[in-house]
Amino acid sequence: MPESEHSQRRTRRHEEAEETTEPGPGAAESAHKAELDTEVDSLLDEIDDVLEVNAEEFVRSFVQKGGQ
Amino acid sequence: MVDVARARRVMGIETEYGITALGQPVGEELHPMQLSNHVVKAYAALAASQPADWDYETETPLRDIRGFDVPRAQADPEQLTDNDLGMANVILTNGARLYVDHAHPEYSGPEVTSARDVVIFDKAGDAVMARAAERASQSLGRPVRLYKNNTDGKGASYGTHENYLLDRQTPFDRIVTQFSAFLVSRQVFTGAGRVGIGQSSKTAGYQLSQRADFFEAEVGLETTLNRPIINTRDEPHADAARHRRLHVITGDANLSEISTYLKVGTAALVLQVIEAGTLKSNVRLSGPVTAMRTVSHDTSCSALLELTDGRRLTAVDLQETYLENCRQLVEQRADTFTELALMEAKDLLARWQDCLDALRSDPMELADQLDWVAKLKLLESYRRRDGLGWESPKLAMIDLQYADVDPRRGLYSALVAKGRMQRLVSDAEIELARIAPPEDTRAYFRGRCMEKFGSAVVAASWDSVIFDVPGRQALQRIPLLDPLRGTREQVGEIIDASSTVLDLVSALGR
Repeated sequence: MPESEHSQRRTRRHEEAEETTEPGPGAAESAHKAELDTEVDSLLDEIDDVLEVNAEEFVRSFVQKGGQ
Repeated sequence: MVDVARARRVMGIETEYGITALGQPVGEELHPMQLSNHVVKAYAALAASQPADWDYETETPLRDIRGFDVPRAQADPEQLTDNDLGMANVILTNGARLYVDHAHPEYSGPEVTSARDVVIFDKAGDAVMARAAERASQSLGRPVRLYKNNTDGKGASYGTHENYLLDRQTPFDRIVTQFSAFLVSRQVFTGAGRVGIGQSSKTAGYQLSQRADFFEAEVGLETTLNRPIINTRDEPHADAARHRRLHVITGDANLSEISTYLKVGTAALVLQVIEAGTLKSNVRLSGPVTAMRTVSHDTSCSALLELTDGRRLTAVDLQETYLENCRQLVEQRADTFTELALMEAKDLLARWQDCLDALRSDPMELADQLDWVAKLKLLESYRRRDGLGWESPKLAMIDLQYADVDPRRGLYSALVAKGRMQRLVSDAEIELARIAPPEDTRAYFRGRCMEKFGSAVVAASWDSVIFDVPGRQALQRIPLLDPLRGTREQVGEIIDASSTVLDLVSALGR
């Protein structure tokens, strides 16, 4: 029946609308995760800025000789 | 009067820092001892500290707790720590000793009586080193880097040593049989994290501890070769008839305040159980040296360790056993604790339990608390983003730079600045501790004397201060054999009221 079809669609649309305005837990999680990833990336970027430039050379030359 | 029934545990931490100078040397390359010497001198100049000799009179690096002395001629030269080699040595106004030990600058924190104070004075040492490195960089014209770590990843290891004053009456074999498994299993929260497996990092990978791969014996006197889990050096720096000093050399240098707090706080509680003789369970490991590596190489914290009675337990289970015994001791002997010590003990028990629970469910939950987890999380983020294998030099670089004491470069500091590491103490407390001594041990007397009468101090040590007093012919040696004497309560007013060193020694009845 067209009317029930209509009401179904309305319901669906209503759900869709709800989903976009008020994200469910799944969406919140992925948004949170994306936020965390960005946060981690920005931390790593910051660390890249302070890391010694030539890691290989630096690590190789870091030798602690004995005292005597 | 010290309330004997409520005696406090005297303890402290000493750390050798990794050191390197970047850039092309002008002229000859500096020997690491000279470089370390520059660093210590740089801080002395910065802090306007008077150089004083170290008083080696009561040092006995070759005396073994098991009842003998190693003949001097048979000792390895590295064991002769009572030789004055003319290297820089400063006694700081906070009661710490800053000097050159072998090829490293070393900060030996003052004696304190709480785990929280250990954290504060340990972090004060990092602040001292950060300033020293900056000043040495300026004076040498080359960047000098200091690292609070314990290995260069190429076979060399340097120590972070904890000291706990024990009752001389406690049979030493009980320490060996009951404390070894504690030291082996505590790596699950004391580890500073390390990229590389094996003394020379021959195998790529990550492990909990910086030090674990360097232990080769269960018991012994040496600290630099054939390293033992239980060290037997019998040098109490106190009345030897009453005390021993347990010199614990297995620990990692921790940046995390919580790692350090748990490291010394739980050890002090366990030693109390061992001294009381109330440890109820068998905790004897079949192969403690092998187990040391097993625990360190297992980031899941679930590897089984075999005990002499055939049981197989994880490091976390073993720690739980110690925790239960400590909880009973605290409950049953609450009246032997001071109010503050009881508060701290309860806090330690709760944190210890939370930590073990988290290690059981998922160690990564502790990424904002423990060094090895924080470092692992950081490394894994890099591995994911850049697709790096464990053999990548960039990961080794991150490992090293996590421990750089300069807050502008240190990655631990970066995590703190981002609010990703929990803290226990404030920057203001650390900064005060860089300058002022603890108030409840003899370190108070030592530190205040350096601050107020430093130019008259000829030499000092943990258990003495020697003054050159104008108008007196002989040097005046003030013995400080009891670590709990010389506190602010006992000598604060005398020091405050003395305007000259003569006033001071006169007031002390000398």
